[in-house]
Amino acid sequence: MKKQNKQNLPRLHLHIPEPQFRPGDTADFSNLEIEDVGVTGRPEETIAPIDMQHMATGLIRVLDMEGKASGPWDPKLSTDIKLKMLRHIMKVRSFDDRMFRAQRQGKTSFYMKCTGEEATSIAPAMALAADDMVFPSYRQQGILLVRGYPMLDMMNQIYSNREDSLKGRQLPIMYSSSDHSFFTISGNLTTQYPQAVGWAMASAAKQDSRIAATWCGEGSTAEGDFHSAMTFATVYNAPVIFNIVNNQWAISSFSGIAGGERATFAARGLGYGIASIRVDGNDPLAVYAATEWAAHRARTNNGPTLIEHFTYRAEGHSTSDDPSSYRAAEEYAKWPLGDPLERLKAHLIGEATWDEDRHVALKKALDDEVKTTQKLAEKNGILGHGMHQEFETMFEDVFEEMPWHLQEQMDMSLAEKISKFSTKNKEKMERGS
Amino acid sequence: MSDMPDSPVKTMNMIEAINSALDIMLERDDDVVILGEDVGYFGGVFRATAHLQEKYGKRRVFDTPISENGILGAAVGMGAYGLRPVPEIQFADYIYPGLDQIVSEAARLRYRSAGDFIAPMTIRTPFGGGIFGGQTHSQSPESLFTHMSGVKTIIPATPYDAKGLLISAIEDNDPIIFFEPKRIYNGPFTGYYDRPVEPWSKHSAAQVPEGYYKIPLGKADVVQEGEGLTIITYGTMVHVASAVVEEQGIDADVIDLRTLLPLDIETIEESVKKTGRCLIVHEATRTSGFGAELAALVAERCFYHLEAPIERVTGFDTPYPHSLEWAYFPGPVRLTTAIEKIMKD
Repeated sequence: MKKQNKQNLPRLHLHIPEPQFRPGDTADFSNLEIEDVGVTGRPEETIAPIDMQHMATGLIRVLDMEGKASGPWDPKLSTDIKLKMLRHIMKVRSFDDRMFRAQRQGKTSFYMKCTGEEATSIAPAMALAADDMVFPSYRQQGILLVRGYPMLDMMNQIYSNREDSLKGRQLPIMYSSSDHSFFTISGNLTTQYPQAVGWAMASAAKQDSRIAATWCGEGSTAEGDFHSAMTFATVYNAPVIFNIVNNQWAISSFSGIAGGERATFAARGLGYGIASIRVDGNDPLAVYAATEWAAHRARTNNGPTLIEHFTYRAEGHSTSDDPSSYRAAEEYAKWPLGDPLERLKAHLIGEATWDEDRHVALKKALDDEVKTTQKLAEKNGILGHGMHQEFETMFEDVFEEMPWHLQEQMDMSLAEKISKFSTKNKEKMERGS
Repeated sequence: MSDMPDSPVKTMNMIEAINSALDIMLERDDDVVILGEDVGYFGGVFRATAHLQEKYGKRRVFDTPISENGILGAAVGMGAYGLRPVPEIQFADYIYPGLDQIVSEAARLRYRSAGDFIAPMTIRTPFGGGIFGGQTHSQSPESLFTHMSGVKTIIPATPYDAKGLLISAIEDNDPIIFFEPKRIYNGPFTGYYDRPVEPWSKHSAAQVPEGYYKIPLGKADVVQEGEGLTIITYGTMVHVASAVVEEQGIDADVIDLRTLLPLDIETIEESVKKTGRCLIVHEATRTSGFGAELAALVAERCFYHLEAPIERVTGFDTPYPHSLEWAYFPGPVRLTTAIEKIMKD
């Protein structure tokens, strides 16, 4: 054993990361280094990961802050597609506002908005094929709207009402739709990552042409599932796209608590030999281009891609937290990469394919559509008004066939239904007989 | 042993019977895939997948990184695609890093998606002690899986049952955990560790049809019939209990559960009502073990037929020891003591 005089050394120090700004501070992002449009080049999709490691610290951008598109990543989309993209972003924002308010009105238990980061689900959904399988996290409602899933069904799920296709079993926003190649959302974080890899491996094994894409937040890249997924994806060269939505905040923990002080989140892919890129997540055209690049790469057997979407969570994590209690109030207003909706709008106005009047009209039309749909959904019931499913449904789908022990427990619950919940009995009890 | 198929019968040990079931299912269904640590070229550390990669190719039978979390997560995704994955977890003791993918994912897909997605996977994993495996190669964690909703738990005790149950499991559309009692892979261990090992070839349940056959899930097997005592057990302990009963001439029903969930409650009830005495035997730790559930069920359903308190013979609530393995193992001595106590009055 080495003998050492340690008396002169400073004592050890445990580092606990702390965000730059807390409530009461003035947010100032001027020290955030952001590359200009066009600096990060666009390699061929066949490039080996080792030859593109610099991209894990670069930033793919197309739109400047005035809305002008340029550089090698410009996907050169038609006006029609860009207008559709704007419409989807506006629609999901309107939907989010309405559903957030519904929760505040006591109509449901929970809601999560994706405000400010709409581009990270809408642009990828538009760049992928409609039958590519997505394994989303909980903030990708934009994918469902792009894929034509009825908004009414989303609301029915949020209200856990009698038309909820998930039979009121899941927390609001935990959608599922195999018809829209949209995997059932888990409340446990990043479990969908290795599942997406398994699905992609199956697709490759069956010589299919479909690929998989999955999403998680920067905070949950710390989960073991994230690293298992990276390992499996690189080992089997799986046709999968990993999206990390780095919106800076995991509930109240800033990205430094997940390791963001030391490296970019895209850099996590480097050690696995996975193509890793970083994109301006508030630039819908850049996100589209990055996804298109990764999808083409996966579809041509060039393997997985990890995409870090650099964005900002404009609102709270969910209806259950108040962001003003842990971060500086005007962070979002000062976020140097702006708002994806405003940036795309400025781009289209700059192209003279859009104008303020049409924008106001579209916003009103979408708000009206959301409001009308909400009324329809509420006709099917709201969570605040109690249970909308038959008690039997609680016991169905645990297994394909109901075993005897669940049958017995179902009978017990039906007996409770009669004794506790039937109007007749309630009246009887109130009368004291 | 009903539903004996017509195919020729061969003497097989449990490993060979499991290998035969996997072989048949790979042959019959292109969606069946096997993945796990060392299962490919090498054929598994216990040889359960020997020659299967050679026969069906790497697309169907392949090695994985050492990540149970990754193996089980990928299997859930493969199931969602439409495959029927049969992941192997090398030792049941290694399953914990992948537990969330079983508890929160595989077990819940059908329910949370209201049937939109399912996880038709069979997780095979060797479990139990008696091979000097120490605390990380000997555990019996079955009650973790019966305690969560949404997983079926199967434990065969013979080559014949292992093959028929495994085929049923692979064809089943629910997630299944298939525990293989590794102490009896090569012979029906009776608990007398100081006696020579008996090979399967001397046992009637080693006569295994070479072809396809199924044993229904949720059906117990009464391996010995008697009037004075009911012994409820599974896995390795079926043979330990049978040997004690035989050697001491005890007039007992020995019930091999084969499936823990769904449980064959009818067979249990019928037997205990007949005998009035009930002994529950498992190798797993005692507190909150599956025996506690069995004891509660028997008390709830057969209380007025009981002539003595229900007894449990189990492993101790300690980590599985290495050198003291045979002091830990619920062998013939612990069984005999319990039987004497229960038969006393």
